[in-house]
Amino acid sequence: MTDAVAPDPGAQGPDRVARVVLVDDHRMFRTGVRAEIGRTEVTGIDVVGEADDVESAVRVVAEARPDVVLLDVHLPGGGGVEVLRRSTAVMGEPGGVKFLALSVSDAAEDVIGVIRGGARGYVTKTITGTDLVNAIFRIADGDAVFSPRLAGFVLDAFAATDTPPVDEDLDRLTQREREVLRLIARGYAYKEIAKQLFISVKTVESHVSAVLRKLQLSNRHELTRWATARRLV
Amino acid sequence: MLGGVAHGLAMHLGLPVVWVRAAFVLLTFANGLGVLLYAVFWFVVPIGLDEPVRGQRGVSYVWANGQFVPAGASGVTPDPLRKGRRGRLGRLRDVLQGTFQGEPVIAEESAVGGGSPGSASRQNLGQLAALLMLVIGVMALLNVLNIQSSSPYTWPLLAIGVGVALVWRQADDSRWQRWFGLQGGGKRRVAFARVGVGVLLVTVGIIGFLVLQGTGSTLAAVIEASLAVLAGVLVLTGPYALRMWQDLAAERTARIRAQERAEIAAHIHDSVLHTLTLIQRRSEDPKEVQRLARAQERELRLWLYRPEAAAEAAPDTLAERLRSVVAEVEDRHGVPVELVCVGDCPMDDRIAAQMQAAREAMVNAAKYGGGGPVQVYAEVEGRTVSVFVRDHGPGFDPDTVPEDRMGVRESIIGRMKRNGGTARVRPAPDGGTEVELEMERAADD
Repeated sequence: MTDAVAPDPGAQGPDRVARVVLVDDHRMFRTGVRAEIGRTEVTGIDVVGEADDVESAVRVVAEARPDVVLLDVHLPGGGGVEVLRRSTAVMGEPGGVKFLALSVSDAAEDVIGVIRGGARGYVTKTITGTDLVNAIFRIADGDAVFSPRLAGFVLDAFAATDTPPVDEDLDRLTQREREVLRLIARGYAYKEIAKQLFISVKTVESHVSAVLRKLQLSNRHELTRWATARRLV
Repeated sequence: MLGGVAHGLAMHLGLPVVWVRAAFVLLTFANGLGVLLYAVFWFVVPIGLDEPVRGQRGVSYVWANGQFVPAGASGVTPDPLRKGRRGRLGRLRDVLQGTFQGEPVIAEESAVGGGSPGSASRQNLGQLAALLMLVIGVMALLNVLNIQSSSPYTWPLLAIGVGVALVWRQADDSRWQRWFGLQGGGKRRVAFARVGVGVLLVTVGIIGFLVLQGTGSTLAAVIEASLAVLAGVLVLTGPYALRMWQDLAAERTARIRAQERAEIAAHIHDSVLHTLTLIQRRSEDPKEVQRLARAQERELRLWLYRPEAAAEAAPDTLAERLRSVVAEVEDRHGVPVELVCVGDCPMDDRIAAQMQAAREAMVNAAKYGGGGPVQVYAEVEGRTVSVFVRDHGPGFDPDTVPEDRMGVRESIIGRMKRNGGTARVRPAPDGGTEVELEMERAADD
């Protein structure tokens, strides 16, 4: 996320700690992320494991049972989607472990693919350390994290078929959800969206979570058509 | 028309195609010379090699004054005689290259029909006509030579000739198909049928020939002996031939792979390596390093992730234009600009004006936005195009801007109004400024 005025990470650090596993095939990148967010006493993030391919990722995640897995999309051995698939198979459906995709790629098929695979959010590697820490805590709390770009992709995916309401489908986006997505795409933080729409931050979060759910469920209509039109599937 | 021979010759000699065709037809009546010549040219010169071969001969031909002239020659007409000879040699070289190296000698299919679009169907009609003319020509030839009754060899010879023509013509076609990727199941069946009929015709012709020569009685023995020899040769050379074929296939694959790798390497070299070198040299100038890295990242990302079809199909749409504007502002002002674009539409005058206003808004945001990332969101919804530009700077009150400052008032708000759109400048909820630009697309689609 790109929070404009991120709360001082030190403020939330001590009272709670999120256990995180890093999955990325570039050691340099893992080292960098660990250095940036891994100072537990300041950020409240405890890096409890690292993995560099699908095989080791599934193993480490199953062993460490972290709160959040920072998952790269492109990995040797099948990619982030494969990690998601096999982890849920190993640990059972909820497992308490949540996945946040962190990738250098902002290609639509990568983003949509990993979200539909079950990741709770998607941020690109250009994200700042503070924003990443915020995103991790938000994910740990069970919320979804949408980057502006991800919001753009989702809007794009639903836009074409949203106007003519042929049947009242469950996985159609509501007016409010689209409004929230549009504000995210415009670079608003959740707090700002709440202010703008005169709703609470909690409501914003629940809207975003609803969108995420629809995104993961909606394999029947819009996304399939959208993906097919772009030759993504 | 039939094989593109007249066309090719016309190009080489610098004459109108019609003249060449007329010459062929006229020559046909001189003891069938035209048909013979045409056939010889057709078989000797593979289709396509007479077409403009880009980069190989260094001369490209353009259609001018009803004929093909070498482009870049700028009025200097090449000596036709010399060209003719050189052309033959060049052609021969090309033929050899084409045959042995599989050099992609590219011919424009449409060029045969004069380069006009939609010439394919007309071309088919033309081919039909040409075929008819050929038959008539052959009849004329037979009449002229007056041999259809006198010589019993005519029919076997004719059968052999047609058979050979069929098979050769097929080879010709498979070449076409390889170049244009037209290989379909149906076409392949037709190809097999053609070759089969050709072979049959030739066989029948030869047998007829032998029978007429009186060696028909020993035909069985001759065929047996030939088959035995053939089988022997096959057994002996079969493994070698197979091996050669496999080597050839392997080599072709390897070459394609190497080519791909070379292209990627070239791209990386041209872009990434150069940038890295520049960055090393300028490591003491963080601003410049950032600018270089950002520009390079953008370019590489585009190259890696953007679907090729989208890149080629619509070179100038809203999203495309926005991307270039964003890149320009990023580079010039050294502030990252994050662009999210939902939907796309072709450009028109009003959208162009909107893009200019958006550019101005981005420049403002980059200048006064406190150096943080500028966020741009564009959305096409029905006929409405909205663009939002927001920064995270200190923000300002539009009402307090002095009268003489023209940036926001004229370049953004005024421009949008003049073109029938609206612009709003307002403070963002948690600091910073947001500019909203809304424009209806022009009526016609």
